[in-house]
Amino acid sequence: MLLKDTPVTTDKLLSVQDLRVHFHTLRGIVHALEGVSFHLNRQETLGLAGETGCGKSVTARSVLRLIDPPGRIVSGRIIFEDRDILTLDDTAVRAIRGGEISMIMQEPKMSLNPVIRVGDQVAEALLIHDTSLNRSSARTQAEEMLTQMGIPEAHRTSRRYPHELSGGMAQRIMIAMMLVTRPKLLIADEPTSALDVTIQAQILALMDKLVQDIRTSVLMITHDLGVMAETCDRVAVMYAGNIVEMGAVRSVLKDPQHPYTQGLLKTVPDKANPDHPLYAIKGNVPSLLQPQNHCRFSDRCEYAMARCSREIPPVYQMTDDHEAACFLHDGQSISSGGKQVDLMNP
Amino acid sequence: MNTETQIDKRLARNQRWKARQRYFKDSYTLWRRNHLMVVGTTIIILLLLIALSAPLLATHNPLDQILSDRLLPPTWEHFFGTDSLGRDIFSRVVHGARVTLTIALLVALISTPVGLIIGVLAGYFGGAVDEILMRLSDVFLAFPKLILAIAFAAALGPGVENAIIAIAVANWPSYARLARAETLAVRDNDYIQVIRSMGASNLRIMVGHITPMCLSSIIVRLSLDMGTIILTAAGLGFLGLGAQPPTPEWGLMVSDGRLYLVDQWWVSTLPGFAILIVVMGFNLMGDGIRDILDPHQRQS
Repeated sequence: MLLKDTPVTTDKLLSVQDLRVHFHTLRGIVHALEGVSFHLNRQETLGLAGETGCGKSVTARSVLRLIDPPGRIVSGRIIFEDRDILTLDDTAVRAIRGGEISMIMQEPKMSLNPVIRVGDQVAEALLIHDTSLNRSSARTQAEEMLTQMGIPEAHRTSRRYPHELSGGMAQRIMIAMMLVTRPKLLIADEPTSALDVTIQAQILALMDKLVQDIRTSVLMITHDLGVMAETCDRVAVMYAGNIVEMGAVRSVLKDPQHPYTQGLLKTVPDKANPDHPLYAIKGNVPSLLQPQNHCRFSDRCEYAMARCSREIPPVYQMTDDHEAACFLHDGQSISSGGKQVDLMNP
Repeated sequence: MNTETQIDKRLARNQRWKARQRYFKDSYTLWRRNHLMVVGTTIIILLLLIALSAPLLATHNPLDQILSDRLLPPTWEHFFGTDSLGRDIFSRVVHGARVTLTIALLVALISTPVGLIIGVLAGYFGGAVDEILMRLSDVFLAFPKLILAIAFAAALGPGVENAIIAIAVANWPSYARLARAETLAVRDNDYIQVIRSMGASNLRIMVGHITPMCLSSIIVRLSLDMGTIILTAAGLGFLGLGAQPPTPEWGLMVSDGRLYLVDQWWVSTLPGFAILIVVMGFNLMGDGIRDILDPHQRQS
C-alpha cells in the first residue's frame, strides 16, 4: 500500500465552494472557515490534513449540515451530485445523512449508544432509511455486514453492548454502521486516532477494502501524514480556516508548495536520523476572532513578505492537479504556464 | 456453515440467559442486604394481596349500616370497631386499600408520561420551547402540591376521578424537571450526534435514544413519590374533595371520626395507621429501588 495512482474517473461527486462558517461566541465571532473550496471526485479518497482547530471537522460537519448554534454556515455552496445541501429542506437533508453521506467519528466507543446492543445499532442505520424494512431482516443484514467486517462470531458480537468491545472492535462496528447503507460518500473524521497503532493499520486496510467493494468516495480527515500517504488519492492541507494547498497526494507530499505544508512535512520524525531534534513550526495558531485580511500563516512563515500581512493570497495553480495559496508562486505560476485561479474571492 | 451459525446462536442464547440470571441474582442480593427495603416491599406486597382479596378478608359488608351497633370499640366481632353509622371499620379499611391503590396507580400512569414527554421536549429542543414549557412547570411548582391539588379538585368538583386528575396535574412538573435534566445530560453525547448524522429524525432520537435514558431516574422518583400521592389523596378525602361517602376511602374515614377522636379513638386512628404504614412502605421501597438501580452499588 504505497502511493496510489490517479483516480479512475473525474466525475465530481461533491463540490464545496467558498464555504464560510462562523461561531458566535461570548468573545466575538470565531471565523472558523473563511472561504473553503474543494471538490471530491467519484470513488476518490480526498485527505483533509491540518493541525487541531484548523477547521477540518467543521468542514466535514458542514457537508452534513450538522453545524449547531452558536455555529452558523454564513455563505458558500455545497453541491452534492446536483443538489445544494445548504438549500435543501430538513427532510431531504435527513435522507442524505447516513443514506448517501455517512460520517465516522473519532471516538468509536463514545459514538455507540451504551445501552443498545451493537447489532441493533447497525440495524437502526438501515431502518432509518428504509421504513419498509422489518426489524428482524434489518438485524440479519446487520449481521452479514459484521461478518464482512471480519468480525468473528458476528451473531454473538451483535448481541453485545459497546462496553464489552475493544476500541478496534467498536470502530469496526461504527464502520459497519456507516457503510451498511452503501453511501456514496464516507466522511472519516480521524477514524484511527483513538486506536492503538497496531489496530490502526488493520482498520484502515478494512476500510479501504470495503470502500472499494461498495465504490464509495471518502473524505478522510487526519493529522497523520502517514495515514494520508497510504490511503488518499488527493489531499487538501488546511490552516486556520483556509485550504492552503491541494493536489495529488504524491505531488503534495513529495513537492510541497506552501511553506506551511513544507513545515508540516518536516515535523515528521526522521527514522534514518534518530538523534536529529524534532522540528516544530515556530509560533502559534492565530486567533480566528478577526476576519481574515491577510495570509494567516504570515506570522509564522520564514518566507513572509510585506504583502503577506496585507493581502489574502489567491490560489495559484501549479499544475493541473496541484494548487497553493501563497504569494511565493505569484511570478512562478505564470512563468511555468500554469493558470491563475482566484478561488478565495470568486 | 449452517450448523455453525446454529451453534453460534445457541451459545449466544445461553450466554444471554446466564447474564440475565446473574443480573437477577445481584438484584436479589442487594435487596436482601437492605433490611428496610425488605420491610417496605413486604408491606407493599401485603397491600396488593389485601386489595386483591378484599371481599374474602372483609368480615362485613363495608357499606352496611347497623345504627344499633354504632361506635363499638374493637372486639373479636369487629376487629377495628365500628364507625358512627355502625359500619365495620376493618372491612372498610380492607376495601379502602383498593381505592388507595387505584388512585396511586392512575396518578402515576397519568403524570409520569406527561412529565416525561414535556421534559424531554424541553431539554431536547431547548430555546423557546424549553422556556415556555419550563416556565409553565414553574407556575405549578410555585405552589405546594397539596394546595394545588385542593384547588384543582375544588374547581373540578369532588369525586375520585377528579381527585386523580387534580393530583396528577399537581405532580407532573417534578417529572418534567427530572426528564429535562436527564435529557440535557444525554443530548450532547457523541452517540446522539452520530445517530443524527445518520439521518435520524428528532422524534426517533427522542423516543429511541433519550427517553430510555430518563426512565430509571423517573422510576426512582415515582417510587419515592408514591407515599406523597397517597397522602395527598387521603388529604383530599379528608377535606371532602376526594372520594365521596360512602366510599371506604382512608382519608375520608379519618375525617369521619374526628368528632369522636377523644372518646372513640379507633374510628380515626385505625384508618390513619393504614395510611401511615402504606406510605412508609412505599418510601422504604423507593429508597431501596434507587439503590438497586444504581450501577455503582452493583460494582461492590
